[in-house]
Amino acid sequence: MRKARKIMLPGDPLPEGSLKPRSGYYKTEEGYRSSYFGVLQEGEETMDVVPFSGPYIPRRGDKIIGKVIEIEPSMWVLDINSPYTTLLHVNDVPWRASSGDLKRVLNVGEYVYAKVMSVNEIKESWITLKDAGLRKLEGGEIVSVPASKVPRIIGREGSMVKMVRDSTFTKIIVGLNGLIWLDGIPENVIVAMEALRIIEEEAHLEGLTDRISKYLESRKGDIVGNSQ
Amino acid sequence: MGTASDIKLIGDDGLRLDGRGLDELRPIKMEINVLNRADGSSYIEWGGNKIMVAVYGPREAYPKHNQDINKAFVRARYNMAAFSVDERKRPGPDRRSQEISKVLSEALESAIMTELFPRTQIDVFIEVLQADAGTRIAGLTASSIAVAAAGIPMRDLVVGCTAGKAGGKVVLDLSKDEDNFGEADLPIAVLARSKKIVLMQMDGDMTLEEIDQAHSMIFSATDRIYQIQREALESKYTVDASQWGE
Repeated sequence: MRKARKIMLPGDPLPEGSLKPRSGYYKTEEGYRSSYFGVLQEGEETMDVVPFSGPYIPRRGDKIIGKVIEIEPSMWVLDINSPYTTLLHVNDVPWRASSGDLKRVLNVGEYVYAKVMSVNEIKESWITLKDAGLRKLEGGEIVSVPASKVPRIIGREGSMVKMVRDSTFTKIIVGLNGLIWLDGIPENVIVAMEALRIIEEEAHLEGLTDRISKYLESRKGDIVGNSQ
Repeated sequence: MGTASDIKLIGDDGLRLDGRGLDELRPIKMEINVLNRADGSSYIEWGGNKIMVAVYGPREAYPKHNQDINKAFVRARYNMAAFSVDERKRPGPDRRSQEISKVLSEALESAIMTELFPRTQIDVFIEVLQADAGTRIAGLTASSIAVAAAGIPMRDLVVGCTAGKAGGKVVLDLSKDEDNFGEADLPIAVLARSKKIVLMQMDGDMTLEEIDQAHSMIFSATDRIYQIQREALESKYTVDASQWGE
């Protein structure tokens, strides 16, 4: 049975009880209120109102995917699927690049998988490539989903994306900002993209993992190059 | 207000020209996410009004002097299509639509948590395709669900209604004739749950008692309209289980 979670509108009171509100709420004199149009997600100790859509706002420590849109003498300006652009300084990349010659290592239109290093009060942010797993993304495809759906795509401890990755033999990197990079055999990438699209559309429904696993099973015939 | 005329706005049976009672609304229909390119959108039919709303943002504010380091800048643009009224309206912004754009921006701003998005702007485009009195309120009611659908954090939804005086009686939700030939028009918009007023304008004359009466009519009507807004938002995401044959 497909069960929908409880839908919240801006201003709706959060259910009272032992659960502590964690995100997507604001406080009034009468109690906690939802600040989004989204679904109520109840965890073991906390509850969140997860919006159906909405902009990505950079937070320190987030691993995101960005696209270079501009090159300045000592830094890159990147688009991160957000109202704000972000900056990558030449000191924060693992390559040697002299000032004024940044496009040799990273050019306009290229993508990187990076970590948000700092964000200030006016939402200016700086990212870094100097950490394990962070890199320039060469080749592959980029798809974009609302940032609020990313936790659902990743799944509990990465289970959902692992399932898609394993059954389509596709490399997938999910940025918390909603940009997703896929690389592999084109036929397989298409199946993976479709699976992601279903997760995005049905993120607010229960029992999603089972449906995705059934879907991937049904598309098994379209997968090329089974590694066994 | 408007032109004097011999039209009898309230019939001998106590009903209005279109057969409604004094505190009866016209039929209202709303839908969200009608435009794919917009971050959020909505369409409303309120009596003869047909209005499309598109929301973009928050996005970088341009021109740059509009950027506010503390909050987002809400820019609503109310526009009437040339074909929206009986006699062709000269296209483009005029005195009236500039004023409406300003008051609607301010009404929406009081519901949106603009402090979360410094340096950005939120654009709300309100296109009136067919006008039939009460377009500012219908546009605002539709904008508020479009902003919510865009995933922009809000304190509450904005919902509005008009009341006025026609044929010597206080009536709810004025029709075109009552607007043109009635004595007064009072559009009010409130935050749906807290009932704080975010927009109030008046045209014509009413006594204090009549204004009180109009107020209470509007306040009870906003509850009904809020339910329609709710259904419009929820229906997009409530899934009929039978659809999957499970």
